Amino acid sequence: MSAAFDVERIRKDFPVLSRELPGGRSLVYLDSGNSSQKPAQVVETMREHLAMHYSNVGRAMHVLGAESTQAYEDARDKVAAFVGAPSRDEVVFTKNASEALNLVAYSFGQRFWRASGTTQPNEDPRFTMGPGDEIVISEMEHHSNIVPWQMLAQRTGATLKWFGVTDEGRLDLSGDVITERTKIVSIAHQSNVLGTVNPVAPVLKRAREVGALVMLDASQSVPHHPVDVAALGVDFVAFTGHKMLGPSGIGVLWARGELLEAMPPFLGGGEMIEAVWMDHSTYAPYPHKFEAGTPPIVEAIGLGAAVDYLQAAGMEAIEAHERALTAHALDALAEVPSLRLIGPSTLEERGGTVAFTLEGIHPHDVGQILDDEFGIAVRVGHHCARPLHLRFGIPATTRASFYLYNTTGEIDALVRGLHHVQKVFA
Amino acid sequence: MIGESMYQELILEHYKHPQGRGLREPYDAEVHHVNPTCGDEITLRVKLGDDGKIEDVSYDGQGCSISQAAASVLHELTTGSTVTETLSVVDEFTRLMQGRGQVEADEDVLGDAVAFAGVAKFPARVKCALLSWMAYKDAVVRSAS
Repeated sequence: MSAAFDVERIRKDFPVLSRELPGGRSLVYLDSGNSSQKPAQVVETMREHLAMHYSNVGRAMHVLGAESTQAYEDARDKVAAFVGAPSRDEVVFTKNASEALNLVAYSFGQRFWRASGTTQPNEDPRFTMGPGDEIVISEMEHHSNIVPWQMLAQRTGATLKWFGVTDEGRLDLSGDVITERTKIVSIAHQSNVLGTVNPVAPVLKRAREVGALVMLDASQSVPHHPVDVAALGVDFVAFTGHKMLGPSGIGVLWARGELLEAMPPFLGGGEMIEAVWMDHSTYAPYPHKFEAGTPPIVEAIGLGAAVDYLQAAGMEAIEAHERALTAHALDALAEVPSLRLIGPSTLEERGGTVAFTLEGIHPHDVGQILDDEFGIAVRVGHHCARPLHLRFGIPATTRASFYLYNTTGEIDALVRGLHHVQKVFA
Repeated sequence: MIGESMYQELILEHYKHPQGRGLREPYDAEVHHVNPTCGDEITLRVKLGDDGKIEDVSYDGQGCSISQAAASVLHELTTGSTVTETLSVVDEFTRLMQGRGQVEADEDVLGDAVAFAGVAKFPARVKCALLSWMAYKDAVVRSAS
């Protein structure tokens, strides 16, 4: 794999990686878990579309409308193939992963919505939700996979429960968190702080035993590993474009078609309808049922280009490259005095996200000095996972996250920077 | 480099050896302020004395070196001064912090707090420096009412 994966050639595709920061520093970008950089191929595809082919999609009866619609729907095909979706219609474009998670949470407990052509209130037992029903998440979730479920619990009177996290940053599957009352389980595929890759199979098995649906927040896994939604066997998967070399403003919900059929529309508006009367409407088939209004057209096309880029580089090669980077980082960081790793210390079931604290030094000071003096971009704070930080009794961490364009040299620069930070605060 | 101008020796000294840290009795008002974006927080108490003077400012909190050192400097500058004097220091400090690095600091008014001038060039860190000072202003208003 390493012979086929030429990181220096990859880096040439990302113009920002060779820019100079104020003060003549070069950039060391270790914040891809926050948002990834974009290759020239994505930027150029979006520029070309905006310049030469742009129009609204799905409704314009002219050449540009046809070209835009074709490009937008081609992007859906690419994304569907990329994640192994059994049908391209099961890919719903949203504005980000948060919207995809909110869309699914919104589907529960809507007793009075009526599917197209029916006159009866929808009482699909999979999507009913009320007092006594349970929603299961975990303590390691990003806020986007916590708050929508809190809102669902508040709206319906259901109970929110969660898996704990072990000291080494693994999902704690002991105990009976999933019960006969559980309707939906939603967990991260890979933690955005710990790097932990969660075991889907045992969670899915237990959920199936009790008839619960399962959702994965795959925002941190789809960009970094080969992911096949059909092979995973779950019901819903959410991810976002900007973490996988695409632009911001475009996210994806994949869901099994029969579930999308049964779910109520999320937002109402143009393009999501079949026919509208003054007092009622019927809805378009999925995925358009969930894509009200003019969608992020150029962003979807940019995501399609990002998928092309990732596939050309090879997801298995990217995964192997990041695994080597993570091994290097875990070894190098272990040599930094008083550094406390928050997350698994071995490569087993973990991705290229490494969070840590330095004794007596606040992460904001760590991040500031790394940036100002070495041009090293990391993320500091609670990374939108405050409950996880509370679990470990710390207000914040410093997080380095790797991607296909990072090098072991950049990780060495990080380690040198951390030694300097410790000197400043000694 | 840029960072050096922000992490002045005086700031690091206050961070490593905070002055007046710890919550003390008695007090006239207590406030708790947080910075939701970074999780920095401070609990601050004000005790008014005779002649409109500040008898004590005590505090406890957690956060970065900038926020913690700012609280330490605040304690030094306010304790023993009149309420009116301290509020003019707060105003001058706020003006300096919100000046995007374009404001000339008045050293006669600010004393040690001029060391924070470099922070004003970092918009993301200005709120760290101001956290305890805004808490102080809030506490003074409450203790007077």
